[in-house]
Amino acid sequence: METVKIKNNSHSVIVEALTKKFGGFTAVNNISFRVSGGEIFGFLGANGAGKTTAIRMLCGLLMPTSGQATVAGFDVYTEYEKIKMNIGYMSQKFSLYEDLTVRENIEFYGGVYGLSRKEIREKTDYLMDYLKLWDHADDLTKSLPLGWKQRMALSTALLHDPDIIFLDEPTSGVDPVSRRNFWLLIYELAEQGKTIFVTTHFMDEAEYCHRLSIMRDGLIVELDKPGVLKKKYNAENMQDVFMKIVRGGKGQD
Amino acid sequence: MNLILLSIIKKEFHHILRDPQTLTIIIFMPVMMLFLFGYAITLEMKQIETAIIDEAKSNESRAFIEQLMATDFFRITSADVKSNQIETIFKERKARCALIIPYDFSSALQRNKKVKIQLLVDASDPNAANFINNYVNQLNLKFNLKNNADVFIPFSFEPVMLYNPDLKSYYFFVPGLIAVILLLISALLTSIAIVREKERGTMEQILVSPVSPIQIIIGKTLPYTALGFLDSIIILLFGCLWFGVPLNGPVLLLGFSLILYIITGLSFGLLVSTISKTQQVAMLAALLATILPTIMLSGFIFPVASMPLIFQYLSLIVPATHFLEIIRGIMLKGIGLKELYIQLGYLFILTAFLIALSIKKFSRNLEG
Amino acid sequence: MNPIIIENLYKTYGKVTAVNGVNLEVRPSEIFGLIGPDGAGKTTIIRIIVSLLNPDRGQVLFKGTPIAGNMSFVRTQVGYMPQRFSLYQDLTVEENLDFFGDLFNVPKNIQVNRKNNLYEFSRLGPFKSRRAGALSGGMKQKLALSCMLMHEPDVIVLDEPTFGVDPVSRSEFWEILKSLAKKGASILVTTAYMDEAALCDRVAFIFNGRILGMDSPDKLVSQIRDSIYLVNSDAPHLLFDRVSKSGKFKGCELFGDGVHLTDSDEAGIETIKDILNTMAVSYHKIKKIDPGLEDVFLKLMNENSL
Repeated sequence: METVKIKNNSHSVIVEALTKKFGGFTAVNNISFRVSGGEIFGFLGANGAGKTTAIRMLCGLLMPTSGQATVAGFDVYTEYEKIKMNIGYMSQKFSLYEDLTVRENIEFYGGVYGLSRKEIREKTDYLMDYLKLWDHADDLTKSLPLGWKQRMALSTALLHDPDIIFLDEPTSGVDPVSRRNFWLLIYELAEQGKTIFVTTHFMDEAEYCHRLSIMRDGLIVELDKPGVLKKKYNAENMQDVFMKIVRGGKGQD
Repeated sequence: MNLILLSIIKKEFHHILRDPQTLTIIIFMPVMMLFLFGYAITLEMKQIETAIIDEAKSNESRAFIEQLMATDFFRITSADVKSNQIETIFKERKARCALIIPYDFSSALQRNKKVKIQLLVDASDPNAANFINNYVNQLNLKFNLKNNADVFIPFSFEPVMLYNPDLKSYYFFVPGLIAVILLLISALLTSIAIVREKERGTMEQILVSPVSPIQIIIGKTLPYTALGFLDSIIILLFGCLWFGVPLNGPVLLLGFSLILYIITGLSFGLLVSTISKTQQVAMLAALLATILPTIMLSGFIFPVASMPLIFQYLSLIVPATHFLEIIRGIMLKGIGLKELYIQLGYLFILTAFLIALSIKKFSRNLEG
Repeated sequence: MNPIIIENLYKTYGKVTAVNGVNLEVRPSEIFGLIGPDGAGKTTIIRIIVSLLNPDRGQVLFKGTPIAGNMSFVRTQVGYMPQRFSLYQDLTVEENLDFFGDLFNVPKNIQVNRKNNLYEFSRLGPFKSRRAGALSGGMKQKLALSCMLMHEPDVIVLDEPTFGVDPVSRSEFWEILKSLAKKGASILVTTAYMDEAALCDRVAFIFNGRILGMDSPDKLVSQIRDSIYLVNSDAPHLLFDRVSKSGKFKGCELFGDGVHLTDSDEAGIETIKDILNTMAVSYHKIKKIDPGLEDVFLKLMNENSL
């Protein structure tokens, strides 16, 4: 039976009272938020605040205990396979195989997302042009500078043209110039209507987001634009905001 | 679907080929083990150092000694020893056994009286002691028949060694080694291949893609099945060409059993990967889960029939037990499907069970 | 005498030049920050200082003694915390401290005193019988630091001690470093976090194995003579794009939800507003700001055309 899904264009991620318990421990406690297409949404919190658990539920890796959530119009309980087709995931630290060449990495991830040979070939050509990597197409990934690796990781996460992109500390350890180039790329993607989810410990990454949610002890304690939050907490930068919010809780343990 | 699988398989081959160190180990470890077991650890005995105390010093006793020396079994290291020197000889390890021919050897023979030749064996190595004892008994029988032809013996044992007439231990070991090495290598390979991706974090990247756990499992195991098969061919070739182990039975059935058995090992590896967080743990667990039962319980060295009953039952759930019967049967006895279908059935059921269990655990692990 | 002096240091791995002619010195009881991205050469320099690597060229003087040929002197004197140092996860906090005390031959009766001091300043006292593996990221880092302090070294070398730790734990960690420096310890620390650079007494920006600039944060910032304006916008990338293409400003860098404009002509805020208006870019706030260390690093990288 074919069911036609009408995508909700204004909200690509809708989360209502989402909760995840591990035994007696509530990792994510009744969180609700909506993210629109074209938005860059930052997900902050101290170690162990529940960020990772929340993201894993949205990526279809973990079943929620209760609550509702749809990602790209698909239900996290029943349609996680379709969710996976519609999301891209990039962690600068991990996502590439260091012992494969640039080309092989692209081919592998293309294959994993079920692209046809022709599509993979076209995408590879396009990415090689775009990343200016033709000279290094057959170099092992581990020999590339970090800034390139990170743009490659993003490109492979975009191979299947996902609507929503999850970024995990995408520019940690990257030099200031490469970091800015990366964020320009992200803004471009957002302009194309893609939703960008960023989780990070780097407060300067947080500054680039349109809206931020800050988690503490499984709850979302703040959710607003960085500018508004800075004003509200009378802070110079997000670093100060974060410190004020997280210190208000019982701490990270 | 097919393309997804193909991508994973292709990538896995890249990993294998880009890591020449591991590849070398995979290919040379079996050959090395084969040589170790084939030569160093042999159950055959030859040239047993022997001391002779000939108290008779007659023609008959000399004939007897000559006959002993004609065999490859004994090597007389101390001839004409006084009986009070025996202990020193044993202690100095100049001999492992001593034959004492009594002074009435000839006269007793002539009077058709039973002669007692005393055999002293250094039993600090019980296996060897047993072996010597058996051999001498056999010899004794032959000697009796020859010299006392008129003595009526209603029956005689005439052992004929079938399938391995020379009792060469590598006939016994080569098939057994295939069982040990294949299981070990296939379990090691899969468990490490999966745990390595967990450690590096790339597993997470694959999990958020639409790849299903089954595809990951098949994509990961197929290349290693091929590698395991390559290994088994290498061992077989060495076994047959170098050690001269015969391959009497149907080759096709052997190939099929090998693949089935490799899949057993791979599913062991999958199971191990679900419980291991680091490559070291995976390696140790794979080693323990495969080597110990395979060597101790499968009949690789110790015959299953001579184990305590509980271990005999336990050996039924060790895949190697059945595989050993299959591979020894095919290679040495030249038997086929007709005689081996029960063992094949056992192996098949065990493998199916292991696969089901490991897939279930693996998938659940991904969900968690 | 400066506890660490690095002279003309070079180190290559195959074709890659990791350290390309580095000179620096760490002065007594200062916190010296080596700031740069991953792969800039920070760890290589640190490893040469603690005698784990040999340089291709140049030398390091540790408390006036060349490290070449004096390995054991360096190793007994230095307090070194390697990158991603993770302790013995299956030992308790106290057992870890005991182990490192024994390792450096600290007499048992002195160990007791030191442990108590360390518990106090790291606030790990209540957790002393907890296994290290069960500590949070921030506490692990504090324990690692404490272990390294068991032999009371007066020269301390830390390689990215706050990596992957959340901002609150990081600031606590830095308070500890400050108090150590106040007690007279000389500290060399590497980091990729720009906000930590501002906490050092002196910093060196390192990129591609070369030091781009080295001074106290104040002096580095004062290198920027031009006025810097922060312009906030809902579409900072468009603002950046238009402004940098226009060529009307000497510098324009993306900073979060805005850009930093370099007004080298001292045109003043009203003129800037006019220029922005002619470009038809939307912005909702503009103000003059004091430049930060990141502005300096960007300027240095651009000047060196990297």
